[in-house]
Amino acid sequence: MLDNIQSALAPRGPEAAGILEITWVLVVGGALIFTLVLALTALAFFAPPRWLAGKGLIIGAGIVFPVITLAALLIYTLLAAPRLSAVEPADVTIEVVGHQWWWRVNYLDARGEVDFATANEIHLPVGRTVELRLRSADVLHSFWVPSLAGKLDLIPGKDNRLRLAATEAAVLRGQCAEYCGGPHAQMALFVVAEAPERFEAWRAAQRQPAAIAAEDAADSEAASGRRLFLSHCTTCHTVRGTRAEGELGPDLTHFASRLSLGAGILPNNRATVAGWIAGNQHLKPDNLMPEFRFDSGELRTLAHWLETLE
Amino acid sequence: MTALPNPGVRPEGEVDELRRLWRRPQGLRAVTVINNNYVGVLYVGAAFLFFVLAGILALVMRVQLAVPENDFIGPALYNQLFTMHGTVMMFLFAVPAVEAMGILLLPNMLGARDLPFPRLSAYAFWAYLVGGLVFFASIFVGWAPDGGWFMNPPLTTETYSPGYNADFWLLGIGFIEISAIAGAIEIIVGILRTRSPGMTLGRMPVFAWAMLVFALMIVFAFPAVILATALLELERAFHWPFFAAHLGGDPLLWQHLFWFFGHPEVYIIFLPAAGMVSMIVPTMARTPLVGYRFVVLALVGTAFLSFGLWVHHMFTTGIPQLSLSFFQAASTAVAIPSGIQVFAWIATFARGRATGRVRIATPTLFILGFLFIFVLGGLTGVMVAVIPFDWQAHDSYFIVAHLHYVLVGGMVFPLFAAFYYWMPYTSRHALSERLGRWVFGLMFVGFNITFFPMHFTGLAGMPRRVYTYAAGYGWESLNFVSTVGAFMIAAGVLIFIIDVARRFRMSAEDNAGNVWHAGTLEWLPNGNYSNRSIPVVTSREPLWDQPDLARDVEAGHYYLPGAPTGGRETIVTSPLDARPEFVLRMPMPGWAPVVAAWFTAGFFLLLTVKLVVPAFISGVVAVGALLHWGWSLDPEPLDEPVDIGGGIVLPSYMSGPRSQAWWAIGVLILVSGSLYGCAVFSYLYLWTVSPEVWPAPAQVAGIGYPLAEAALLVASSLALGLANRQLGAGRRRAMALAVVAGLVLLVAAVGLEFFAQGELSPSASSYGAAVYLLASIAGFFTLVVLVMGLFALARAATGKLGPVRRVTFDNMRLFWHYTVGQSLVGVALVHGFPRFAG
Repeated sequence: MLDNIQSALAPRGPEAAGILEITWVLVVGGALIFTLVLALTALAFFAPPRWLAGKGLIIGAGIVFPVITLAALLIYTLLAAPRLSAVEPADVTIEVVGHQWWWRVNYLDARGEVDFATANEIHLPVGRTVELRLRSADVLHSFWVPSLAGKLDLIPGKDNRLRLAATEAAVLRGQCAEYCGGPHAQMALFVVAEAPERFEAWRAAQRQPAAIAAEDAADSEAASGRRLFLSHCTTCHTVRGTRAEGELGPDLTHFASRLSLGAGILPNNRATVAGWIAGNQHLKPDNLMPEFRFDSGELRTLAHWLETLE
Repeated sequence: MTALPNPGVRPEGEVDELRRLWRRPQGLRAVTVINNNYVGVLYVGAAFLFFVLAGILALVMRVQLAVPENDFIGPALYNQLFTMHGTVMMFLFAVPAVEAMGILLLPNMLGARDLPFPRLSAYAFWAYLVGGLVFFASIFVGWAPDGGWFMNPPLTTETYSPGYNADFWLLGIGFIEISAIAGAIEIIVGILRTRSPGMTLGRMPVFAWAMLVFALMIVFAFPAVILATALLELERAFHWPFFAAHLGGDPLLWQHLFWFFGHPEVYIIFLPAAGMVSMIVPTMARTPLVGYRFVVLALVGTAFLSFGLWVHHMFTTGIPQLSLSFFQAASTAVAIPSGIQVFAWIATFARGRATGRVRIATPTLFILGFLFIFVLGGLTGVMVAVIPFDWQAHDSYFIVAHLHYVLVGGMVFPLFAAFYYWMPYTSRHALSERLGRWVFGLMFVGFNITFFPMHFTGLAGMPRRVYTYAAGYGWESLNFVSTVGAFMIAAGVLIFIIDVARRFRMSAEDNAGNVWHAGTLEWLPNGNYSNRSIPVVTSREPLWDQPDLARDVEAGHYYLPGAPTGGRETIVTSPLDARPEFVLRMPMPGWAPVVAAWFTAGFFLLLTVKLVVPAFISGVVAVGALLHWGWSLDPEPLDEPVDIGGGIVLPSYMSGPRSQAWWAIGVLILVSGSLYGCAVFSYLYLWTVSPEVWPAPAQVAGIGYPLAEAALLVASSLALGLANRQLGAGRRRAMALAVVAGLVLLVAAVGLEFFAQGELSPSASSYGAAVYLLASIAGFFTLVVLVMGLFALARAATGKLGPVRRVTFDNMRLFWHYTVGQSLVGVALVHGFPRFAG
């Protein structure tokens, strides 16, 4: 099920499909030339014809042939370069901010203001053009979802824009591709391409503050989890609708709606959440979240409350 | 057939005299050896040691990646491992290895007794060995650099890398590059000035051509990374914001400087290896290289192209598309000179097969393996030069595959061919052909098993530099296969080491000899003094075309059969057509270069770990040793000219443009110019990124400052000119006064430049940092001129400097005039540019 969700060989968008086509042209052309060189070498060792032993070979195969081939290749790739047009306004604009070692995802409204924030997960409507504004909060990162597009770096002080689109509904995975220190290997994210109406529903839900009402319905476990959260976690995390407004870590307002935990490295459920809070330095060494020494009861209530944040 | 220069029977004892003079120092003094054959072997051995060490790091990484979510090692160590693997392979193995092969082979190949500055080779070697070993040892205490071999800021700035780790890279590698530049100067002057009489450029072995191009590329490429490391260290230590975006810096400045070095670096490694292949192929095919001129042109062409395509490492940074297309074209075009060489080798094999039998020995196998791997790597190179494809491939395992095909194919396989090929030249026994086949088989098959699957791993989405990966994305079996292959390579290398341990016995006089029936001069019978007499060369393969050459050289029938000046010596010839010009008297072994190297290394390493006082003491010892060494340069001229035979009588002392020292300083000035050019580029680049931190024309320091500085600088040069005339006329006191006046003027100009900056702070903005950078470089060069000036004055005071014996003065004069010119450029830029650009 996971196979091919992070592969340049399994494109789900026009950008990646265009590059894959170029890839096949290059692979086939390269394989032909490689075979030719091997054949000439074999010929040289076993039955060299006269033309193989002179300067004509150098001029023909070493100069004329590559000049023609490379010129053709240049023209072909200039014509085939698949970057989506940046002239048309995009249907959805998303700001992606790279942090050591997670992704802040801000959906922008028409004025370019932050509509709502989420983390490590991007939803986008199938068939629409999406513009990603790539920024970095600290060091270099690179945004790479191979099934959708080639990568583009996140550089402090620079405003890089990547256009992409998905052609079918799919859950895809991407990963930071520019070494960013520490657990760079564990800075992944999921992209959920879904039908436009489902996307709109998701977007409407994400705009809402957290559904704190649930805990009023006599869920005492959730209530004590919420108290723990509000006394330990607000320096770093935001949950809209509560007084948790920290900006250092991911926004957790609709945490439970997300597929993954720890920037795309763990499935998101009560057990993994509890494990993450208590043992994240083992699961993702050197990440910037401290481990918390809660007892198992506390861990259960905290994980339970977080999992109510649909 | 021309007449032999010394046809008669040579006097008794002449060879013994040569043996005695060129003897290796014994006992404890063995470390002071400077003969190129010993230093060359030690140098190659050290480089090979680093190859093995970096290879072991790679094996640890392959174990970690053998299975997904492995917890064999964690990210902290893994990040150090891949940083060290790349850094050590590039800086401590590949470049030193080919430089070492040059030092080992070039004098004999060119028919010289040694390279022109043997103590410089020894210095470069010891600095590299001590610096390299300590640098490597940092991994055992967790201090090894962990920012990747490219050390991109901001990750490597103090904020994100506060430990010593990054400093080890910056100081350690910066220092080792200085040693590489020292070697490059030696190689350039050696190739251009110490060839056998008659060895015109057109008759020079292709390896010498390759090494000449290699050394010139180092001269222009390495200063870029030296400057980059200096900028990053300035930002780390003093917060000069060259790369900090919020103060007008730009992380991409680093990438431009690094890759301006980093891409030529690939060809710096490859070209000497290609040069070795062009030596081995004709021998194995028993026929001269087909298309010698094409191959030489290809080497030169590669060098030029390689400086125009660094941006292909930055295709994913968001640089505008149009400029990228230029770099795509340049990047694919570099396939052409490589193709020329590949087909020249194939044509040579074909001609050899057509006219006789090609010898299939271990060197041949490694060359065939090289052709297979390198051609494949070249083709994937064209692929990644195609911009859209690179957007996917960049920083994925596809690149890991590509770069290893190019570098291992392009450099390691030729180097192993060279090990097998030249072993009989430097050892009593050749290596085992039977084991050689195993070594080749394991390495070739193992290499392809390791790296071929990585093309797919990368396209299947696995990024580079990850210490772990999740199961389920189709990467598990590919990674496992790669790990198995890596151990096959290791097995091959292990067999090689065992064979070397069994059969390598260093010897010049009793070497195994010309077992391949090669045609070039290094295969003449030789001793520690290289050739008994220095031959006249009339073709590209003298040993094939002059059947009696070996006998006559050995009988002393050619030039300089003895040691007429009573010391070590070699013939310096003209750069283009190799006409004898003078006899260069060469130094004997001594402690100064070795001590200087150890303590220079000590200075940098102690500084890295902030042990300031020991670093200072170490620095003082190093400078003392360098001055002691310098004092022995420029020996007393001999009255008698030297008869080298054939009616040629040469002077044994030379100053001015024909002297080897003049050439060395000339190359050093090219290095300096390249460094300064990179600094000017940095200033202008930062302005294009952040013009808002540059001052408005009205805020620039008054016009009086630059005018006064320019006047001081010009006056300083004029004073130096005056000193030069006084020295020529033998008026030492007047010369000394003029030198002092000139030094004062020069120092005053630099002082005024710092004073002119007023309130400007180097840490407030990238503008301040850039201005102080240029002023600091001017200050550093002025300091060097000051030391050279005081040194020349001391020489004059002790009677070691005069109208004839004046090399010390000429060296200072060249460097001084250059410094004035450089400072004038700096003043014009710093004071002129904001006035026009604002």
